[in-house]
Amino acid sequence: MILQGRRTWVFPKPPVIIATGTVVGPDEGEGPLASEFDLVHPDLEIGQPSWEKSERVLLEQATDIALQNARLDKDKLDFFVGGDLMNQIISNTFAARTLGAPYLGMFGACSTSMESLAVASLIVSSGAGNYVMAGTCSHNCTVEKQYRYPTEYGSQKPPTAQYTVTGAGAAIVSRDGEGPVISAATIGRIMDLGIKDPFSMGAAMAPAAVDTIQGHLQDTGREPGYYDMIVTGDLASVGHPIAAELLQRNGVPMDQTDFKDCGLMIYDIQEQKVQAGGSGCACSAVVTYGHLLRRIRSGELKRVLIVATGALLSPLSYQQGESIPCIAHAVAIEASPNIEEQGGMGS
Amino acid sequence: MAGRDSGSKKTAYKPVSMSPKEYKAFAKSKEPPRSVLKNCLRAFLVGGFICLIGQGVQNFFMKVFDMTAKDAGNPTVAIMILLSVILTSMGVYDKIAQWAGAGSAVPVTGFANSMSSAAIEHRSEGLVLGVGSNMFKLAGSVIVFGVVAAFIVGIIYWVFGIGAWHDTSG
Amino acid sequence: MMDYVWAFLVGGAICIFGQLLFDVAKLTPAHTMSLLVVLGAAADGLGWYDPLIEFAGAGATVPITSFGNALVHGALTALKEDGWIGVITGIFQVTSAGVSAAIVFSFLAALVVRPKG
Repeated sequence: MILQGRRTWVFPKPPVIIATGTVVGPDEGEGPLASEFDLVHPDLEIGQPSWEKSERVLLEQATDIALQNARLDKDKLDFFVGGDLMNQIISNTFAARTLGAPYLGMFGACSTSMESLAVASLIVSSGAGNYVMAGTCSHNCTVEKQYRYPTEYGSQKPPTAQYTVTGAGAAIVSRDGEGPVISAATIGRIMDLGIKDPFSMGAAMAPAAVDTIQGHLQDTGREPGYYDMIVTGDLASVGHPIAAELLQRNGVPMDQTDFKDCGLMIYDIQEQKVQAGGSGCACSAVVTYGHLLRRIRSGELKRVLIVATGALLSPLSYQQGESIPCIAHAVAIEASPNIEEQGGMGS
Repeated sequence: MAGRDSGSKKTAYKPVSMSPKEYKAFAKSKEPPRSVLKNCLRAFLVGGFICLIGQGVQNFFMKVFDMTAKDAGNPTVAIMILLSVILTSMGVYDKIAQWAGAGSAVPVTGFANSMSSAAIEHRSEGLVLGVGSNMFKLAGSVIVFGVVAAFIVGIIYWVFGIGAWHDTSG
Repeated sequence: MMDYVWAFLVGGAICIFGQLLFDVAKLTPAHTMSLLVVLGAAADGLGWYDPLIEFAGAGATVPITSFGNALVHGALTALKEDGWIGVITGIFQVTSAGVSAAIVFSFLAALVVRPKG
């Protein structure tokens, strides 16, 4: 039985991430993780006549790289699961058109990376498919244009604002093969504690991360110490301390592990003009598929829980005075396929 | 893994149970404070400087073209708008604005920036549906509220017959 | 020389007010500009804006508040000349240069340049 507890899937034969592809833009190329990505573009246009086309190209390149790394022909792909921040998730639609694989589009905002990875793992684990690709992308300019202001508009961003990562990440999940494995995934539920300010996403999303982390630990019976690292997707410098404090207040012993955030890892917060830190679907995707998986493959990290967080507002809902509903999806990625020996219940 | 019972070590954590009001206050306490004083100083400097340039342009038209202050108003505004559109086109206005805040938004250059940035951004959707429909995306509110306010003032003047003494020559 | 000093000081002061609306009142730029235009219109309705222009020159004509002032001027001039219909016909008369310039230059810019992010 894959379902354990309230909302966690624990995979009896953990699916394997056989390959990944990560592509980023210039700002990420100037950050501390620049060397971890497969492709770094020196500009935001990427030779395209519109920002939207640029975002699409990012995802197409990431999926290409992942297929190459897996030595897999795109016709062998059983399903493509993905989403992004654009209206009608158009970037993924066009990338899926190029791929030609059966396509499941999903919307989780910045939590899409782990949402799609969880679903891809479920498909593989339940025998519903053998090669499933999970992908997502985001672009700083398309997000500014759609959710906030035209990119050349002179508005002053407050220190709580976050900087959307320009990039794309794709991972191919399979039943067999070499690579880090996915031991469990916890599906989030909507958490909305009344924050209305779209320039304060970190604070809006923190409760969702806390709810999912607690749900995951309760469902699996694991303690935080089971993981070498628990990483949130993009809570950044405002949301991450809030989440840490909420977890502490609720008695979760997070000091047993290293509690980090992708939005704080992808940029040099002091040097780069990114206000509170990174955000966007690509944030958790490229940091996980590029940096964290590399550290798992090298043996530096054995077990990581990635908790991607998303703010599910629309520009209209904000204008109509609604608050920001958020969600967080968690996926546990581990180095060794022999998890039976270590036991799924923590120390 | 399948069917393994996690019941023997069931930890139940307190659910996230703050009320929205409590959480808002909590989140606010964690917000980095905006450096209001620094921002005001920057806005003062840049806004004042832009007005300086405006004064210079106005004086130029008055001297060289022998215009009165009132006549020089129109070409001055046009030049300021042109300067703003040029800076927006160069991709520089938004960078200045992050530093200057209201100093670059409040002068009429900010108005021109809002229109040109929207026009430039939406060129990818074509001239009619992109540029044409979206140009007033940000500036629209300013025009709408300005016109409505002026209309109301006008009506008040008409109703109370104040029109006679208002100096409309200035 | 003094006209430059006053232009700088008054223009800067109006911008400080705008910045406080951003940072303390937490208004968006659109809300702030709309409020400033309405305040400019109201100030001219009370007869306060023209003396400010006399005194501060570009310090009062460059900020967006003067747009409200100009809209009211147009309405009231036409009211005086044409009666009540002037309240509708006159509004854009004075501001025509500014709005037209903004439209034309923005259109040209959109033809020539692409956004740089």
